[in-house]
Amino acid sequence: MKGLMKGIAVCAVAVLPAAVSAAPGDYAPVTDARLKNPEAANWLQYRGNYAGWGYSPLAQITDKNVGKLQLAWAFATGQKEGHQSPPIVNNGYMFVTTPGAQVIALDAKTGKELWRYKKELPGEMLQLHPTNRGVALYGDKVYVATVDAHLVALDAKTGKELWIKQVGDWKALQYITLAPLAAKGKIMVGSSGGETGVRGFVAAFDAETGNELWRTFTTAAPGEPGGDTWPGETYKNGGGSIWITGTYDPDTNLAYWGTGNPAPWPTEGRKGDNLYTGSTITLDVDTGALKSYFQYNPNDAWDWDEVSAPLLIDTEVKGKKVKTAVHAGRNGYLWVLDRDGQKLNFVDAYPYVNNNTIKSIDPKTGRPTYFEERRPGMGKGDVHFCPSLWGGKDWTPEAYNPKTGLLYIPANNNLCAELPEPEPTKYKKGDLYIGYPIEAILTGLRWEMGKKDAPKTMGEIQAWDLKTGKQVWTHKFPTFNWGPLLTTGGNLVFGGGTNDRMFRAFNATTGKLLWEVPTPSGVTGVPTAFEVNGEQYIAVQSGWGVDAERMQGGINRLLGEKTVVPQGGTVMVYKLAK
Amino acid sequence: MSQMEQRETCGCTAQAPVDSTRRKIFKIAALGLAAGVGLHGRAALALETVPEELRHATGDLLVEEDAEGEPTPLKLTDLRVGKPLLAFPYDAAAKRIRSETRLNKVVLLRLPEAELDAETKALSAGGVLAFSAICTHMGCDIKTFMGSEKVFACFCHASKFRPLERGSVAGGPAPRALPVLPLKLDGDTLVIAGPFATPPGFTAQA
Repeated sequence: MKGLMKGIAVCAVAVLPAAVSAAPGDYAPVTDARLKNPEAANWLQYRGNYAGWGYSPLAQITDKNVGKLQLAWAFATGQKEGHQSPPIVNNGYMFVTTPGAQVIALDAKTGKELWRYKKELPGEMLQLHPTNRGVALYGDKVYVATVDAHLVALDAKTGKELWIKQVGDWKALQYITLAPLAAKGKIMVGSSGGETGVRGFVAAFDAETGNELWRTFTTAAPGEPGGDTWPGETYKNGGGSIWITGTYDPDTNLAYWGTGNPAPWPTEGRKGDNLYTGSTITLDVDTGALKSYFQYNPNDAWDWDEVSAPLLIDTEVKGKKVKTAVHAGRNGYLWVLDRDGQKLNFVDAYPYVNNNTIKSIDPKTGRPTYFEERRPGMGKGDVHFCPSLWGGKDWTPEAYNPKTGLLYIPANNNLCAELPEPEPTKYKKGDLYIGYPIEAILTGLRWEMGKKDAPKTMGEIQAWDLKTGKQVWTHKFPTFNWGPLLTTGGNLVFGGGTNDRMFRAFNATTGKLLWEVPTPSGVTGVPTAFEVNGEQYIAVQSGWGVDAERMQGGINRLLGEKTVVPQGGTVMVYKLAK
Repeated sequence: MSQMEQRETCGCTAQAPVDSTRRKIFKIAALGLAAGVGLHGRAALALETVPEELRHATGDLLVEEDAEGEPTPLKLTDLRVGKPLLAFPYDAAAKRIRSETRLNKVVLLRLPEAELDAETKALSAGGVLAFSAICTHMGCDIKTFMGSEKVFACFCHASKFRPLERGSVAGGPAPRALPVLPLKLDGDTLVIAGPFATPPGFTAQA
């Protein structure tokens, strides 16, 4: 609390000069070269670099002085629901997005609003995931993909709408939550909607004109490789949605995308592996051609989307140099793949949360087998399984720090779920396509089997050494964690994610909690680091909602409590006290 | 925009109340609407964008969503106690189902008449209550009734509404009540008796 009071005092001082300060100077166009080798001062894309690290080399704020971190400025977005987008910064210009597909440009030093773009949304639409995960920068434009499935190009300096393209059909409940991926003159996006019977896809648009260049579906049709893993025409509404920005390897020109669960949830009607759901797929950025894949959950029955793209890390694994693609799976395993030779080959997988569902993993291919009694379905009655529907980690991104060599995972442990008998379901445009009674899903969260009392801890931040495949440290929270992570050259890990509204800093090497401060709402936003005029800042949006709120509802039900995390978005920006 | 204009655009307030209890209901409806205008302008606009001939009207019957074949107006006996059913207004004269807009979608719920207070009873037809099926939070379909808590529950974000208290919010993020739609009986047939109490649709943020 003391930290907060200090923060407010600093804020009051800091905000005054903002009113008279000029806008940032010239806008520096964002080029392929800059995206490939981002300068430390800026945060130009979703995870800071193409490899998806969530790492800033900035080292002015360190494990030694982070206790002096105070609020530089704060900005109320005026919006409710899940504020998950990273504050993306280019030479003093900051861009954040909010639920409802608004884009706000701010002076990164002062928090002064430069412009705001509001996409008018159809009054008839519904929003299952009212959130937006950020912009892409390319050239002198800002790109946002919207919840009504449009892609919009804006002038970075003025916010003027330059072009707008329909990507999907919101009436069929296709929608977009991700920040676009920009590379080689293309803006790439994909469709959410794993619970609405979409056929997932990644599509690329010309950055200048908005013309669609290619579209690759994530469920294989008959005659295509993998087409025999779907019976009949089930692939047409088979899910495999794309929720999160892909990572990109400029050396091979391949983009890595995580795909969602197959639809509907019960497996009876879709026997087979259901390629390429629950997978990482690699697409040639020039053509969209699918080059390789690795499937984490063949014939998934647990809603285990593997939505977050793998981090691309060149490291040593057990004595051998490996170009890895690393993914902390919703299925509770940390997957290490070899991405050399343009293929994705299994290296190893480590369980990082309690799991009673995966029976074994083939040491050569990485293909899992399951305890079939843990597979919900017809004639099974109530089926209990761990981890829960939200998995060991949902969309919230991991982070990798090349200085510590550690990978950091925002995990949820000791949480399980129960699903009853499926109910008959038929695809209908514009409706949910799930296959279980809604009441059962709303009340499906469970403690581990046989345990009546709540676990002592649920949420975790874990640090893993990829060289040894060992967990190095773990910070445990009494309740769950929905906090995306940032790690920095100052030997720090930042994240929020808990229902006490805290935003925290940890020693990246030891996991020691060094600093925490309550924010107006809960933090499920992606934190970033940037520098203006030689001064380092840490930025994050506070704004609870979406799945964190859903999980809170499930926990409340289990505990018989009524914890409510206040909603409302605020951009929080911190710097060291002078 | 004046309240009067808004009331007109939200449809159907011109119909004469049928009795004193209904008069009171309509007053409540109008007040609710006024509040809706101030707080939720864009939600009201949502219905405004729908051409008037496509909106529901007093005197419309109701047909089950997705029913196949000739439209069959719903009767009291088509509803089982505690089992919600999604429906669209049906213009019997024109033989037209008004399903062009989701904003017309209605969730029907039959409850034991003894559980209804006088105000709710006046809105119901033989124990059948009608509400907008569009959640006031983010617009998802409301089609689940949790008998244990006597609430409608929304799948999307677990908002809960009390059908026995004119759709008031019982929990979750919904910022306002589920709009109630008055019903009456013509023989055994369910008939829409007036406009939604408040504008249907999700509550847009500014």
